[in-house]
Amino acid sequence: MPLTLQPNFHDPGKRQARDFSPADDFYELLIEAHRDLTEAQSAMLNAKLILLLANHIGDLAVLREAIALVRDAG
Amino acid sequence: MPATYRHPRFPYRTPPELASPHRAHHPVVVVGAGPVGLAAAIDLRLKGLPVVLLDEDDTVSVGSRGLCYAKRSLEILDRLGCADPVIAKGVSWNVGRTFFRDREVYRFDLVPEPDHKRPGMVNLQQYYLEEYQAKRAAAVGVDVRWKNRVVAVAPAAETVVLQVETPDGTYELQTQWLIVADGARSPIRRMLGLDIEGKVFRDRFLIADVLMKADFPAERWFWFDPPFHPNQSVLLHRQADNVWRIDFQLGWDADPEAEKRPERVLARIKAMLGDDRQFELEWVSVYTFQCRRMAKFRHGRVLFVGDAAHQVSPFGARGANSGYQDADNLAWKLQLVVAGLAPARLLDTYDEERGLAADENILNSTRSTDFITPKSAISRLFRDAVLALAERHPFARRLVNSGRLSVPAIYADSTLNTADAEPFAGGMVPGSPMADAPIDDGGWLIDAVGGRFQLLLFVDDPAAVDRSIVDAFAVLSRARIPVDASIVARRAGVVANARVLVDVKGVATRRYDGCGAAVYLVRPDQHVAARWRRFDLEKVRAALARATCNDREI
Repeated sequence: MPLTLQPNFHDPGKRQARDFSPADDFYELLIEAHRDLTEAQSAMLNAKLILLLANHIGDLAVLREAIALVRDAG
Repeated sequence: MPATYRHPRFPYRTPPELASPHRAHHPVVVVGAGPVGLAAAIDLRLKGLPVVLLDEDDTVSVGSRGLCYAKRSLEILDRLGCADPVIAKGVSWNVGRTFFRDREVYRFDLVPEPDHKRPGMVNLQQYYLEEYQAKRAAAVGVDVRWKNRVVAVAPAAETVVLQVETPDGTYELQTQWLIVADGARSPIRRMLGLDIEGKVFRDRFLIADVLMKADFPAERWFWFDPPFHPNQSVLLHRQADNVWRIDFQLGWDADPEAEKRPERVLARIKAMLGDDRQFELEWVSVYTFQCRRMAKFRHGRVLFVGDAAHQVSPFGARGANSGYQDADNLAWKLQLVVAGLAPARLLDTYDEERGLAADENILNSTRSTDFITPKSAISRLFRDAVLALAERHPFARRLVNSGRLSVPAIYADSTLNTADAEPFAGGMVPGSPMADAPIDDGGWLIDAVGGRFQLLLFVDDPAAVDRSIVDAFAVLSRARIPVDASIVARRAGVVANARVLVDVKGVATRRYDGCGAAVYLVRPDQHVAARWRRFDLEKVRAALARATCNDREI
């Protein structure tokens, strides 16, 4: 399966009245995770999060595509 | 004062309580003739109640305040009989565009499908709106008392007693119910010692209303970090009379007085326009904002609506638009309670439904504010990463948050709803505001309902409606809380005891998943109370009782 670039955030247990709600829920969760952290702590949290999610994705083809996308296109 | 608008002076008249020694008891007094107080007063008056509306001033709002009026507000104003001048004078728009630095990254359309009477948004200076509503209030017989300031309020078990100050002296006013629409600073809320809690955002914004000829399209333009105002955001809206509203984010450390100086403001606007076009300043102010709400909107016989009850940041146009929905929700409930047709606890469902709506508005406007004005370096980094990805990748566009624009609340978990017992496709779940659709020859479904309980029966051919159903319609229309029946049919016809609405394009049937004789019970505020696949009189009566907090069928 190729890298998903269409909106994909969803929250199966929750009724979402608005199409932007799951993405906004995620974004708040992410920013909230960084609250009160130093710059170094935030960088470490991000690194750990990337590793965890990369393992969850697992498929090297997808990960290569994602890395190439952010590396080349900025 | 603006060059484009002359503030009307409404006539002060000596109140009857001061003119002669009588003490009237009023069923409802509304305090505050802003957009929300006026809407509540007009709505109650149209429902047959005598209404007194008190305002400390004798004109409409001054300066650049409310600006964007959403589709749902226009539908409510339609029901109140004052949307047409708003549409005629205002600037309708549906498209919003978002820029990051010097590139467009995202674009949205508020009404992505046709077949709705009203547009996604209309921009209009708040003073026009208030002027049209004040005119309507007077026309329908609201007892509007200008220059009547409430100086004391004493709620009791059976009544609320107000002390009202006027140019002729102070008088006492007794009312069964008090609707408080006296704005964000709400003097009455303070007199009663009631709290409003939330957070203040540490940021300042410059508002400039600018009169100029410009050929920009009627769209909402939002910039993150533009070259002409680096590191901050800018929002541009077109209003009536060639007046453009510009909001510049300034940051918390900005000096409000220095920022208001014309030379400073003119320089900012020139940098933004990037050319030598002529313009004049109509209004300049610097503001901060907060997201907060009262814990309860009902305090016995005192009901808080609009900014007096809850406040949001301006991103999303959720202030006045939620206030209109408050008035819409409260008016029919209060009318039933005053008429003795529903218990007072129906008013607790005003707090329940509009409280959840306020929470949703506060959540969304807080999130928008956090995206627009990041509070930490990491928050800013993620924000900029989203914006950088958004130009090319759809998933990131969904994350761009320059304001989640006001859409009507869906009271999906309301105690007034009757839960679906059969499957329905589409979005018209109980608690939803009605979707509009074209009917007849140039008419609209949204105009055919509202102001009373109503039943919609979807059929292909009106001639095929069963005799027993026609008889049941008569029973419903004669009930203590009458329910008017309408047939939404694919072809014209005549049915006794019901109005036939012809679903000329099949849009209504599709939006309501009406195929096969579906039935909807709709509240006076045009929200769905219940729906079934087949008509059943007893089920309708039970749902009506539930929607009005009556224990027994009525």
